[in-house]
Amino acid sequence: MQLIAENLVLERGNRKVANGVSFILESGSALVLTGPNGSGKSTLLRALAGYLRPAAGSVRITGAAGDSGGGGEPCEVAEVCQFVGHLDGIKTHLTASENLLFWASYLAGPADAGESIAARVDGALELFALDALADIPAGYLSAGQKRRLGLARLAVAYRPLWLLDEPTVSLDAASADVLVRAINGHLKRGGMAVVATHVPMALEPVQAIHLGRQEAKL
Amino acid sequence: MSAFLALLRRDLVLSVRQGGALGTALGFYMLVVTLLPLGLGSDLNLLSRIAPGILWIALLLAALLSLGRVFSSDHEDGSLDVLATGALPLEMVVVAKALAHWISTGIPLALTAPVLGLLLNLDIAVYPLLIATMLAGTPAVSFIGAVGAALTLRAYRGGLLIALLVLPLYVPTLIFGMAAINGLLGVSGTASAMLILAALSLASVVLCPLAAAAALRVQMQ
Repeated sequence: MQLIAENLVLERGNRKVANGVSFILESGSALVLTGPNGSGKSTLLRALAGYLRPAAGSVRITGAAGDSGGGGEPCEVAEVCQFVGHLDGIKTHLTASENLLFWASYLAGPADAGESIAARVDGALELFALDALADIPAGYLSAGQKRRLGLARLAVAYRPLWLLDEPTVSLDAASADVLVRAINGHLKRGGMAVVATHVPMALEPVQAIHLGRQEAKL
Repeated sequence: MSAFLALLRRDLVLSVRQGGALGTALGFYMLVVTLLPLGLGSDLNLLSRIAPGILWIALLLAALLSLGRVFSSDHEDGSLDVLATGALPLEMVVVAKALAHWISTGIPLALTAPVLGLLLNLDIAVYPLLIATMLAGTPAVSFIGAVGAALTLRAYRGGLLIALLVLPLYVPTLIFGMAAINGLLGVSGTASAMLILAALSLASVVLCPLAAAAALRVQMQ
């Protein structure tokens, strides 16, 4: 599976924030986006996820179609990606495990059929050290715990492409390590990840794009 | 299908846990209907004649109150972005959320109407028909309202804007809802008015999700 971006030009309020970004991301590797504030990292991620239509250029994914191997058929990137943005996407009136149970049943695809929803949720809670907080309404969690709960969504349903927008914000050092291990584990299983970050993360194998303030350089 | 049911169930659970929406809508409905006789005087014949109209208009206004939250709460906490990447098309996300609004607001409001009818000296014989027209008409209220909610997703004070956008679109529902009830009071044509009312609801269930999803895609950019 490959994620291919060709000559992406992105605009935000009639202002170009990325100009001519091109890359090819292979299965099992990560792409790290760096750059100063306002250089278009979040915009690029939103364009990859399909929320934002690029002013020019294209994003496509080849060889998808779940685990059936696929015939190189193009499909929507949105169907194979998990997006974790600045907002955690959790409901404060539901408990931590109810939040994950919902996302597990909502995002489940054919690749998740082997494992029950409850097992996937328990695994995700354990992975991000949230098991002690499972029955607490998410509104009572701290900022870092909410962040971990938002990231735990990655583990409840398998999607080949992870799009992470500054995932380490408000995480402590130990949780950031857990996240790096989770991403590396995802890459080993043949997944892909695009991560916008200001702090260095020990991802392997990795390619990097540095976005400049005006135009993007490879 | 399981994704659709999961979303519907989550929205219904949230509407019970958060509590505010239904309580506000029901309280508003009761207050408006209670205030009107105080303003109009105690002419029982007048009240019983205009009662169905008062109940219908107050229902539309009460349902509007909670429409603003249909998408905005999901937009504010980032859930809407994730919902859009699911296997479920955005149109079906709209259907699930509008259906949850109908179940959690439309049906309770329709079932409260007879109680308030007592305050207005409404003829008991009209009650079954009143509930029937409201149950048949309120899906249109929720689904047309979803389009307004999607359009005003990022607008400041979107709730007021929704009222301006969707109240004119409720006119057909109101007209045929009243026509069905008036039919019982002497004029013929109850059955055909009911059928048109149901048709309006069904058409809005099919068409409004398309419009609302298109509006959401623009708003999420």
